Amino acid sequence: MTERLPVRKTYKLFIGGAFPRSESGRTYEAEGQNVARASRKDVRDSVRAGRAALPKWAGMTAYNRGQILYRLAEMIEARSSEFAELSTGSDEVERTVDRIVWYAGWADKLAQVLGSSNPVAGPYFNFTVPEPTGVVAILAPDEPPLLSLVSRIVPALTGGNAVVAVASETHPLAAIELAEALATSDVPGGVVNLLTGHRDELAPWLASHMDVNAIDITGANGVSTELERAAADNVKRVVRGEPDSQSPWEIASFLELKTVWHPVGQ
Amino acid sequence: MTDLERKHDRTPVPKEWAYAPAPESRDVVSLDERYGHYVGGKWLEPSETYTTISPATEEPLAEVGQATPEEVEAAVAAARDAFENGWSGISAAERAKYLFRIARILQERSREFAVLESLNGGKPIKESRDVDLPLAAAHFFYYAGWADKLEYAFPNRRPRPVGVAGQIIPWNFPLLMLSWKIAPALAAGNTVVLKPAETTPLSALLFADVLRQAELPPGVVNIVTGDGRTGAALVKSEDVDKIAFTGSTDVGKAIQRELAGTGKKLTLELGGKAANIIFDDAALDQAVEGIVNGIYFNQGHVCCAGSRLLVQESIYEPVVEKLKRRLTTLRVGDPLDKNTDVGAINSEQQLEKIRELVESGEQEGAEIYQPPCRLPEKGYWFVPTVFTNVAQSYRIAQEEIFGPVLSVLTFRTPEEAVEKANNTPYGLSAGVWTEKGSRILWMAERLRAGVVWANTFNRFDPSSPFGGYKESGFGREGGRHGLEPYLRFDNEPSHD
Repeated sequence: MTERLPVRKTYKLFIGGAFPRSESGRTYEAEGQNVARASRKDVRDSVRAGRAALPKWAGMTAYNRGQILYRLAEMIEARSSEFAELSTGSDEVERTVDRIVWYAGWADKLAQVLGSSNPVAGPYFNFTVPEPTGVVAILAPDEPPLLSLVSRIVPALTGGNAVVAVASETHPLAAIELAEALATSDVPGGVVNLLTGHRDELAPWLASHMDVNAIDITGANGVSTELERAAADNVKRVVRGEPDSQSPWEIASFLELKTVWHPVGQ
Repeated sequence: MTDLERKHDRTPVPKEWAYAPAPESRDVVSLDERYGHYVGGKWLEPSETYTTISPATEEPLAEVGQATPEEVEAAVAAARDAFENGWSGISAAERAKYLFRIARILQERSREFAVLESLNGGKPIKESRDVDLPLAAAHFFYYAGWADKLEYAFPNRRPRPVGVAGQIIPWNFPLLMLSWKIAPALAAGNTVVLKPAETTPLSALLFADVLRQAELPPGVVNIVTGDGRTGAALVKSEDVDKIAFTGSTDVGKAIQRELAGTGKKLTLELGGKAANIIFDDAALDQAVEGIVNGIYFNQGHVCCAGSRLLVQESIYEPVVEKLKRRLTTLRVGDPLDKNTDVGAINSEQQLEKIRELVESGEQEGAEIYQPPCRLPEKGYWFVPTVFTNVAQSYRIAQEEIFGPVLSVLTFRTPEEAVEKANNTPYGLSAGVWTEKGSRILWMAERLRAGVVWANTFNRFDPSSPFGGYKESGFGREGGRHGLEPYLRFDNEPSHD
């Protein structure tokens, strides 16, 4: 009897709910595996997928968005052992699951904490509500590979944004596993797009993309001045948060505020 | 027959409505021949000057300073000194009382400020008197009350002042924009270097006298005048912790680029190309008034002006007819005349820009309407203009004109209205006119704009957050949200 040879997984990108290879046909070696090395065109496709998915995700009720994020937490919990192998261990996985649950609970409370009813000096009803910024690009920190990626993308998702994230360059496998959890969790295809590859190659395309509304440079390597400068081309919101944080203000940094006026009369 | 027509049938209407001139007296304003920069509570003799004029008559009003980078640095140093040695140690309740004082003095001297604002900026006195001044005072009152309540505005966040705020404001609402900037900055405990616009420095310089009367400690507010070079020096100054800019999208982008990598806080309130959307069930006469207010208020020098009118196809003809008729009754002329509806264009340069865009509209094939109108011989003037037959691709439908020029487009369905309204890189404001409540909320959800006015337009209030989506900028002014750009918090993600 020979020992059974395991079937290996091909590590691919996650764009528009599908798992394509990089259009460039390139891979790079990370964690002993050949991982897709995304290109400028994969960035383009991801932003398109995000833009297309946005109305459904942003237009959903906040209750529903929260439900789907709870479901994502369930999917990760169910794959705990796989995630533990691909991250720093079960502690990181548990914290990741708990973090998603924490954010899921915020979905239908944001408007109450961040919005307001404004007592204007006149016969008008006036209120302010938070709304998603739109398509958000996220450069995930390298480590911890799962928790930092989730800590960056979930606040953006909670607020109703669509995300294009560049995974940890050195430890991308957790992100690919996350893509598989996302694909089975009722998050509509295109709401989260995950790219693996060389961050320094992909980041400038995201920073200068005219259809990206905000860029999170928390995981940018070293100096981000050039990225911030490129972001000004379409007045992108530039966010630098924490790799491991849990705060409603992280959600707020991916939100716009809209104020509506209406006269009061008979 | 409408009620109005029936009434006209019965009542003999005079053939011509002539208004006797009703000029506001200029005597209430006394100007110095020459102004310096207000730095550390003293007037700093400027090394260079230029002449500021009245755009309605082109008469010179005063010599004002063109601040050099060294003079800007002196102002920043004074602000830093005041922040470190005094202002940040004053209790919040005392800070609030300074703001109350400023608000009261603005109310007391409102006539003087209103006349000066119209004189230097060209806006009708009834607007400076009834809009700019009351709102400017209201902003100081509103933020005065926040100064000692910040921990209630931001529970569990330990709000702290940012430090020295550099503030650059535009020429369309000079004193009001000053108050939008200075009031929240001081309430949050910061010190300020303010640069008013090149063409409208005088109300900010008169405001220095309000600060003297309020006995605000020296250096808490510093005012440097000059053109874009002065603004650039302020942006580049290393000791400024936060920049707040209101102005064009191009300059806003340049500032964002300049601040890249510095970690300084930034808020931008930039251009707009707002859609004013009118559905077939709207109260048409009210809507037409709102449309006129939306675009001809302050000569259309309003970043949130309703410069694109989207009319539902079925009511296109009556709306355009009513609009044209209403235009013939607008009184264009002397800003200091209390009857004037539309004043002078703020500068020769702005007039040139409006003319160039209007020409492009005619060349691209839009149909122009301008009511018969006698304009003064001197000064900068532009007749209120309506373009019909406008395609979305025309420059007049895409670019911010910042003048009294309205482009009319049509739509059939609410979806199409949303699509067209959002078809611009801007996202500052939008208007919706319909009697159907559910449709107002449906539209309001989908319009990508920071302010949505439903069955009204161009309303402002200190308690109401104002600011843009997309290329109209980021950050909010007004309301509790307007404090946030001037504060630092524990563990905050930086958002600039």
